[in-house]
Amino acid sequence: MEFETVIGLEVHAQLKTKSKIFCGCSTAFGAPPNTNTCELCLGMPGVLPVLNKKVVEYSMKMALATNCRINKMNRFARKNYFYPDLPKGYQISQFELPIAEHGWVDINVEEQHKRIGITRIHMEEDAGKLIHDEHEPYSYVDLNRTGVPLMEIVSEPDIRSPEEASAYLKKLHATLRYLDICDGNMEEGSFRCDANISLRPIGQEEFGTRTELKNMNSFRNVQRALEYEVRRQRDILLDGGEVVQETLLWDANKNITNSMRGKEEAHDYRYFPDPDLIPIVIYDDWIEDMRNTLPELPDQKRVRFEEELGLPGYDAEVLTASREFADYFEEALKHYPQAKKLSNWMMTELMREIKGEPSAVQSCLVTPENLGALLTMIDKGTISGKIAKTVFTEMMETGKDADTIVKDKGLVQMSDEGELLDIVKEIIAANPEQAADFKGGKTKLMGFFVGQLMQKTKGKANPKLANELFSKELNK
Amino acid sequence: MKITREELIHVANLANLKLSPEEIGPMRDQLDKILSYVDKLNELDTKNIAPTTHAISIQNAFREDVVRESLDQKDALSNGPQQNGEAFVVPSVI
Repeated sequence: MEFETVIGLEVHAQLKTKSKIFCGCSTAFGAPPNTNTCELCLGMPGVLPVLNKKVVEYSMKMALATNCRINKMNRFARKNYFYPDLPKGYQISQFELPIAEHGWVDINVEEQHKRIGITRIHMEEDAGKLIHDEHEPYSYVDLNRTGVPLMEIVSEPDIRSPEEASAYLKKLHATLRYLDICDGNMEEGSFRCDANISLRPIGQEEFGTRTELKNMNSFRNVQRALEYEVRRQRDILLDGGEVVQETLLWDANKNITNSMRGKEEAHDYRYFPDPDLIPIVIYDDWIEDMRNTLPELPDQKRVRFEEELGLPGYDAEVLTASREFADYFEEALKHYPQAKKLSNWMMTELMREIKGEPSAVQSCLVTPENLGALLTMIDKGTISGKIAKTVFTEMMETGKDADTIVKDKGLVQMSDEGELLDIVKEIIAANPEQAADFKGGKTKLMGFFVGQLMQKTKGKANPKLANELFSKELNK
Repeated sequence: MKITREELIHVANLANLKLSPEEIGPMRDQLDKILSYVDKLNELDTKNIAPTTHAISIQNAFREDVVRESLDQKDALSNGPQQNGEAFVVPSVI
């Protein structure tokens, strides 16, 4: 039997505000435990939460960027449950009337275009952090993260494969980064994802029983966990068994999902409107103000790179997949306006050095300006493309500019015909056999001669000129 | 009775309360009275009244995104029944 995979994703994005959602405590990551807390974070009686305006504005930006309808009237609700990371005994979230609903984003998987629906976007507060003692039967509670603003983005069950899930996540991540409203750091938990996944026989309308996957802290882990879960559920169904609806934790070390027992039976959150917080009313002019602050978004940038700069679709896709790449590219383009050549260099040399990691491009020692200068040197014939690659590696290591490295190491390309001709003649004289073979039709030997020349000039000979000179001399 | 024995036990569980068998009967009676009282509200005709979630007519009270000083770590922890100088200590939850 053939099955179809159905996936829906819930993304929690930490909003990049300075202070928490309902109080003035700092949101800084990595502070000593329980030093960014106040009476409100600690859940003391008699405190009153007041909403951080930035949280509303950032959520509106994301709503507009993902084609959602903003609810003119939205409000907060209490989600009630007991857990030591939640001192109040409820999380302030949104339930009925979230800030935005009914949006979509477009993704591309293997050249296939697809639209993924967004059910809703809502604002909420984060819970505290629990650290579990490995030896003693204790857990330690750090409430610094309590009240840090989160935006939850819930997708429709429109996703049909782990690859699509990954593409959708990357699109959301890029959009958040372009909007500059979330730092997107998955290891620090600023961008988290839970997945609902089920299988159904192809052609069946009704969804199969789903499981919920948690604890996947990288794009790669999300894809691997989903792939694992597809196999696990398929095996169960093929054996005539039934998938149990449960929450599973991904174990990235063992590459398996494990059942998370305990929290299951109490999924009765008794949501009700939070009486401490008054409704949020969003007028049209506020929405328009926010719309006017939107930067160029990934899809728009991709289209512009293709249409105005003439980049192939693939290049445009890679370069706009993260704000860091796109910013770097556009900055370098100011210093070297040949889009395709620049794109080639970024996608091969630069990507290799930074291992494809968007965040590494910001700390990379080769500035966009210096990369532009390096490529200009190739075009002017100052250095060969091959030497440029070594220069680039050196630039990555030392942060020096291309000109300095080329001068210090004497890498300037030898383009002086007279100078090269002497060496060419020397090489031919030293290799009479090969010269005879070449004349006899073994033109492949050109590689041998140019190689000799490169060895003698430490790679500095202008390769085009070298070819010309050998042709001329050997065919005399 | 407005509430069954099972519902009562479920609600007690959600509220993290352990009721002894002797407490269940009287608790059910008391809750029944409260629910009956609240039920009285259903006698009102609310056909032409929009749903209300807040009794006050203000909206959009915001604070600006400004950091203000937090409590000292020592003060923050001082109400915890058990702590180790930097974190609250609770029975293992995993």
